Amino acid sequence: MSTTLWITVAAAIATYLTRVGGHLVLSRFERIHPRVEAGLNAVPAAVLTTLVAPAVLGAGPAEWIALIVAALVALRGNLLSMFLAGAAVLIVARQFMG
Amino acid sequence: MSAQAISERPASSEFWRGARLAIPVMVASGPFAMLFGALAVDNGFSVFEAFFMSAAVFGGASQMVGIELFGHHVAPWLIVLSIFAVNFRHMLYSAAIGRQLAHWPLAQQAAAYFLLTDPQYAFAESEALGGRKVGFVWYMGAALAVYVSWVILTTLGAFFGQFIPDTGALGIDFLLPIYFLGLVMDFRKRPLWLPIVAVSAVASILAYKLVGSPWHVSLGALAGVALAVILPPHHSGVGIEPGETEIEKLP
Repeated sequence: MSTTLWITVAAAIATYLTRVGGHLVLSRFERIHPRVEAGLNAVPAAVLTTLVAPAVLGAGPAEWIALIVAALVALRGNLLSMFLAGAAVLIVARQFMG
Repeated sequence: MSAQAISERPASSEFWRGARLAIPVMVASGPFAMLFGALAVDNGFSVFEAFFMSAAVFGGASQMVGIELFGHHVAPWLIVLSIFAVNFRHMLYSAAIGRQLAHWPLAQQAAAYFLLTDPQYAFAESEALGGRKVGFVWYMGAALAVYVSWVILTTLGAFFGQFIPDTGALGIDFLLPIYFLGLVMDFRKRPLWLPIVAVSAVASILAYKLVGSPWHVSLGALAGVALAVILPPHHSGVGIEPGETEIEKLP
């Protein structure tokens, strides 16, 4: 087996540990403290925001317009319509703004 | 709700209900799968090695970081550590969603955690938010649809990578932020949503500038979670009578 495959296997094991680890650690406790529960409820918004915020900062007007339109569509529509609207605006805006 | 109540709907329809949910993710991640395949071959991977990495790791951002480091001939342990760091956020998903999967047989849980990606976590959370019990067949419908398309498109990208046209004009590089913004918006009815988003945004940008990628993900997320932990729990709608919480009122 090549070095590349060995490294990939190690990376896959490390990744699986992150996916199963949070549950394994937490399931050792019988009752979940309200503050822990509050923290867990905050996880999705907190993590997903970090995947957007730095990208917004490093982007230009075309990307910002696309995000604003997508966010407005998200207030009314579902995820797919929001995504398609954002992608369409992005492609059009980049024709004019580079 | 009893355990039997889960199987009210036939398994195949539950599977397809999950798979349909995954369509936007397949559309959003498809270009990245192909881009990853093309970049991997460009960085010295064989087509099989690119396929194998997508099948075994199944984490887009971490795979991109991985092949980037391969291209620079970085020490193997550093490559593995970097992939671990990018994927560290799954610890939080795993801890948060474990409550919803704990009633499944162990082997089903083990398989489910292997497929626990960002969108999969969001699917499972909103399924639970809607008052449904998270079912294994439904979960696998959504997860396998994304997994199979990710692996197939990676392989295709590795084969045909050099033919991908002008990616900038097609906006491919910015599809994921748009998609992740949609997921953020999905959770806007949760208590403390705006303060958490604001704190995580500022913290992740600071960490991005000061510490660097990929740590901005874990550090930014921890800041947002810390806010919810530090504020009195009733702000988060926990520790009060069921039925009075914001979550209970959601459709």
